[in-house]
Amino acid sequence: MTLHLPILQVIVPLIAAPLCMFLKQYPKAVWLFSLLASALTLLISALLLQQVLTSGTIIYELGGWQPPWGIEYRIDQLNAYLLLIISAISTIVLVAAQTSIEKELESYRQSYFYMLYLLSLAGMLGIVATADAFNVFVFLEISSLSAYALIALGKDRRALWASYQYLIMGTVGATFILIGIGLMYQMTGTLNMNDLAQRLPEVAETRTVFVAFAFTVVGICLKLALFPLHLWLPNAYAYAPSIVTAFFAATATKVAIYLLIRFTFSIFGLSFSFTTLPLQTLFLLLGLLGVFIASMTAIYQNNVKHIFAYSSVAQVGYMIVGLSVGSALGLTATLIHLFNHALMKSALFLALAAVMYRIGSVQLNQFHGLGRQMPLTMAAIVVGGLSLVGVPLTVGFVSKWYLVLAVIENGWWHVALLILLGSLLAIIYLWKIVEAAYFKPPVHEAGTIKEAPYSILIPVWVLIFANLYFGIDTRLSVEVAQSAAQSLFGVAP
Amino acid sequence: MEAIIDVVLLSFLVAVVIAIVWMKDLFTVAMLAGIYGLLTASFFVAMDAVDVAFTEASVGAGISTLLMLVVIAKTGRYERPVRHKPWLALVVVLVTGGLLIYGTFDMPYFGSAQAPAQLNETTAHYIDDSFEEIGIPNIVTSVLASYRAFDTFGEVVVIFTAGIGILALLSGPARREEDADIDAINETMHKEHMVLRIVAKILIPFILIFALYVQFHGDYGPGGGFQAGVIFAAAIILYSMLFGLDTARQVINQAWVRLIAAIGVLLYGSVGMVSFLNGGTFLDYNVLMEDPIAGQHLGIILIELGVGLTVTAVMTIIFFNFAGRQVPVKKTDNNQGA
Amino acid sequence: MLIGLYNYWIVVALMMLGFFIIIAHGNLIKKLVGLSIFQTSVFIFYISVAKVEGGSAPILAADTSVYSNPLPHVLILTAIVVGIATTALGLALTMRINEAYGSIEEEIIQKQDNQS
Repeated sequence: MTLHLPILQVIVPLIAAPLCMFLKQYPKAVWLFSLLASALTLLISALLLQQVLTSGTIIYELGGWQPPWGIEYRIDQLNAYLLLIISAISTIVLVAAQTSIEKELESYRQSYFYMLYLLSLAGMLGIVATADAFNVFVFLEISSLSAYALIALGKDRRALWASYQYLIMGTVGATFILIGIGLMYQMTGTLNMNDLAQRLPEVAETRTVFVAFAFTVVGICLKLALFPLHLWLPNAYAYAPSIVTAFFAATATKVAIYLLIRFTFSIFGLSFSFTTLPLQTLFLLLGLLGVFIASMTAIYQNNVKHIFAYSSVAQVGYMIVGLSVGSALGLTATLIHLFNHALMKSALFLALAAVMYRIGSVQLNQFHGLGRQMPLTMAAIVVGGLSLVGVPLTVGFVSKWYLVLAVIENGWWHVALLILLGSLLAIIYLWKIVEAAYFKPPVHEAGTIKEAPYSILIPVWVLIFANLYFGIDTRLSVEVAQSAAQSLFGVAP
Repeated sequence: MEAIIDVVLLSFLVAVVIAIVWMKDLFTVAMLAGIYGLLTASFFVAMDAVDVAFTEASVGAGISTLLMLVVIAKTGRYERPVRHKPWLALVVVLVTGGLLIYGTFDMPYFGSAQAPAQLNETTAHYIDDSFEEIGIPNIVTSVLASYRAFDTFGEVVVIFTAGIGILALLSGPARREEDADIDAINETMHKEHMVLRIVAKILIPFILIFALYVQFHGDYGPGGGFQAGVIFAAAIILYSMLFGLDTARQVINQAWVRLIAAIGVLLYGSVGMVSFLNGGTFLDYNVLMEDPIAGQHLGIILIELGVGLTVTAVMTIIFFNFAGRQVPVKKTDNNQGA
Repeated sequence: MLIGLYNYWIVVALMMLGFFIIIAHGNLIKKLVGLSIFQTSVFIFYISVAKVEGGSAPILAADTSVYSNPLPHVLILTAIVVGIATTALGLALTMRINEAYGSIEEEIIQKQDNQS
């Protein structure tokens, strides 16, 4: 069975979703089954990563057809790392899902919720695992369609409108990617990523390939919510069911970053990507603008989910800055932050799910006095927030450290300074939450608000401990990221 | 001659789209969009893409127009005129379009046999060796159902996802009492459409037989699971339009339809699983039977059946939930308000 | 060159008209029509790429030797299905938005959101 791990990684959740239909009458059973499927996916991804680290890239030919006639899965360190992040976050978030969803969704919608969740998970895993450009598009649509539906399930009617806007932007983005893939196919006659990487240099000088590249990158950046294409994200995250936000904030943008890395570094190649388009300047500029404008906007929000959603846009900015450096160290920094940001945001949004469960709102003025009424949840938000700022002993610090190292290696002192300045902005919006929770008179009468149930609290604290643990023991995140980055740069790890 | 057809069809397409941009009456827009779909399908025939034409005709001119009409009937017919001038939109569109035009200048010319896509060995392999390897004459089916079967699996899952999404969004709690209003509407409609009802009763069996033909003949000519599924669903939709949704609900059990949607995906997936239990990789049909060609045949028939089942079921789900959607009672509105 | 690239230019024109509808129009159904025109024009592009002068449909027959490229056909079959799935979901959302806001015009919806 170990031979089939790459495909099992994707089809376990994919097959589990329709199987849930048979249990539809019992939402709790559907949840338990989904959790099992997700846990199995996590186990598979751990085995895969181990296998890749010991014996190198794994190739799996679907349908028994050798590529490029058939579709192949190609698991190298980069994918394996991503697969692990996605399935781990998915599993931990699912543990908390039942309690939160039972409160936030009507009972007849709950079973569909878990099916869509599994489909979305499978879609993301499929995007990451495949080595075929068109297959990326198909799985992108699986994950996107389920994402639109999941976001629309939010209680507030604005969830519907946010979902519609996301659907339009997301589909435009996916169609741009489709145009890019079509142009690449027209110029090379192949869809296999490896094959493309070999054939594109021959036609690299043509205007058509230039346009193909531009459309692919813009399409991915729409999905990525890179400033200024981020407008769909804040409302989608703010009004979606809390569990959905925790899952997507930690995974969806990561998958888009992965695609960007795959297309710019592996397929088009570094020299093409950074010379034909002024990609370096563009990424650096948009990344930094994203950090500052999104962080500033976050400071003025009154809905805590909005605060963290804008903060996500800012964090994407950091990752893009890491890419713009164009060195192995820069890529390493981006990959480390990918992992770390997933840990921070899933912890923070899951803690907000706990607040939502008890209070039914995440408006800042409803947080007054929660520091004493929900001490463990608020402590989690504080620690997660410190990690977001980048305080030493948290994962956030590791991220910022490598990012600063990477830009300094390039001699960009001013950029390093701006990155640190960006962290100061994070302190301000975090402080607003702390101030509300600990230094304002409580709005809720004493005794009416209890600490969140353990079913949510435990996953939250598992993630918080991960934020601390991987802040000290960086073997998993840093070493894998390093060797993945180096292998993309063609240096033996 | 080919070139003239090509130019004329494409010019028609542009004319139709310009009309769509101008029209404020959404009913007209939906009909024009249907015409657009039909013209596109005709263009695909001119481009030798018969399978694609078949699909586009059933989707672009059929299902999507129908769904739009259902929604327009519930939301209102006229678009509000745009008041501010859309300068920003124009700039974005012109820049994007300009970039694309710039990209066309290095493209291989249309129809050229020397284009990289035509010279690539993948294309040659499909055309020259597919019959030997898979044993069916329709190359599109070979590629769709075997070489790139995993894409098609993804496609079925996409349709399934849309079905689940729509169920999650539109289906209400299980209804106990049937709505009297709907029955009343159905009654009047029946009397008005007596001729249509009789014609439909004669027609529906033939539509179903045709769907079966398309389902199982996909190996030899254009057709396959998706097209068959849409035609099958069309028969069901026709029935429910003429005989009323509630009658159709009694004939077609919704819980079963939902299960069939899932079973289609599972059938496809289990073919893949059996492949690797037999020692191949996922969706490797060669190992399904002793003889690889027979294995390919079996695999393709099974997965096409899976596609057909899911597509029929999901299309039915979509139509029933769209047409049967009732505005929820005020109680749920309170939850939705900010 | 005119004949050689005519198809592609028309595709670009269609694409941009569709794109224009998506951005400039405020009616949610109209936007979805624009979206599907935008997608369909990409399909036309792919199918044009597959065409070979003097070729016939890629169904093997004894008396033909030149076939159009089957691969883009397969890709577009998949893409059409993805397109209708998206449109259907978008329309479902439109119906729910209409129920929740009493309108399917972007301006009116935004105004209601800003008030609350």
